[in-house]
Amino acid sequence: MTYMLLLFNDEKRWQNMPPDVAEREYGAYMAYSAALHEAGAFVEGNPLQPTATATTVRVTGDGKSTVLDGPYAETKEQLGGYYVIDVPDLDAALAWAARCPAASHGTVEVRPVMEIGAPA
Amino acid sequence: MHARQAHRAADAAARESYGKLVAFLTARGAQLVAAEDALADAFAAALDGWPKDGVPRNPEAWLLVAARHRLVDRARRERRFVALDDALATAATLAEDELDRTEALSDERLAMLFACAHPSLPRAIHGPLMLQAVLGFNAQRIASAFLVAPATMGQRLVRAKRKIAAAGIPLRVPFNDELPERLDAVLGAIYAAFSAGWEDPAGLDPRSEGFTLEAIDLGRLVVRLVPHEPEPLGLLALMLHAAARRDARRNAAGEFVPLDAQDVTRWNAALLDEAEASLRFAASHGRRGRFQIEAAIQSAHAVRRYGREPDWHAIVLLYRELLALTQSPVVAVNWAVALGRAGEPSRGYAEVIVLEPLLRDYQPYWAAKATLAAACGETQLAREAFERAIGLAIDPSVRAHLASRRDALNLDRTS
Repeated sequence: MTYMLLLFNDEKRWQNMPPDVAEREYGAYMAYSAALHEAGAFVEGNPLQPTATATTVRVTGDGKSTVLDGPYAETKEQLGGYYVIDVPDLDAALAWAARCPAASHGTVEVRPVMEIGAPA
Repeated sequence: MHARQAHRAADAAARESYGKLVAFLTARGAQLVAAEDALADAFAAALDGWPKDGVPRNPEAWLLVAARHRLVDRARRERRFVALDDALATAATLAEDELDRTEALSDERLAMLFACAHPSLPRAIHGPLMLQAVLGFNAQRIASAFLVAPATMGQRLVRAKRKIAAAGIPLRVPFNDELPERLDAVLGAIYAAFSAGWEDPAGLDPRSEGFTLEAIDLGRLVVRLVPHEPEPLGLLALMLHAAARRDARRNAAGEFVPLDAQDVTRWNAALLDEAEASLRFAASHGRRGRFQIEAAIQSAHAVRRYGREPDWHAIVLLYRELLALTQSPVVAVNWAVALGRAGEPSRGYAEVIVLEPLLRDYQPYWAAKATLAAACGETQLAREAFERAIGLAIDPSVRAHLASRRDALNLDRTS
């Protein structure tokens, strides 16, 4: 099964972090990514640019498109990165989500990735 | 009394009664699910009212009356479809004075523990089922401790309860000849509940209190009801040792403190005394088992409170005995670490690395490998293993502790 781990946390926390702390936090993510690699569970994963770089598009029922600055939802925590992992089942995905550093300073949402077959 | 204390007292009293009453009602023919539903409502009413009004003199009777109202309501609602609801029949036969036979009730609670740990149920559900059927915790809370999705845990619990009814799993204490083996399963499930959300209950991961206090209560219950068996005493001693050190696992700054660096004045002396007394009493039976040996290992560490250093050679022998008994790779890791502490780090390293294929995703394995590699002067191997342990750590304070040990390796090399 393929799962996406969505890492929600307060992006201001990263922006205001002293460099030595940031290096340590970044190191924790590197170690976590390496552990996923070693376990053969890593598919892909990346941090996202801050929400200030986001643009949101929506097309309403009458066909009018709306383009907005910023992320889809303004909340205290933002989607800050993601991992796509390949593990046998949800229990295994939850075990990896708990190890993700973001689970300690934010929230990790676990979602199965829908399998769409390649077009014939 | 503070509101929080009042709530705790009410919670403890209600929980103690809850399991007895589930056992009481099911032993008299009510469906487990119906009994649980009725008691869950009564339980919620108790947690709402008791902190304000005080815990009633007879909590069981209070809960039984409340639960009986629910069962009667349910029977009335369903009467159109069911001629005579068995729950109503059960409720009608209950006499409150029956509840004064508390010893019989405790026996029924023990019978319920044996049903929850029945060999025909998946082992992984034994602990969660006990927490729900005997202590009344909801699936949500249990799921969090066992790191399982709440909906999944709910389904597993329902499936297990259906099987108890459908497969006719008896609600009774097993007969003498099958008792030791079945008791192992009960103790294993209690220990699973104790360890849930606590990756290494022996002292490396302070993440969560989980169900430690409740598991200790269940351990005491089994000791009281099966006094002629030594292993329940061993399990109780083991859990008390771990619980006694809980507060010492973090310093004032919230940083993780490993066992051999803990401030012994922060260990709970009363719990340690009870642990030692339980273990001594267990040993007097002259039959050793897994939990007694594990408790003896904890006891060997606890001598630090008398200003003595742990006898690592003795600890090596205890792990060796435990390993022969359990064949567990996790035990083998601890044995290897003990070898290192007893002056044989290269032998410890050789013993630990053969476990790697089995324990690739087990954080304490990598911490052990790193420790032993460092003791052998293999700085680069130690650094890589620490890195892997950091990537697998769940508790942020453990992660920080491992990182500082890795950084200390760098300092050693540059100095």
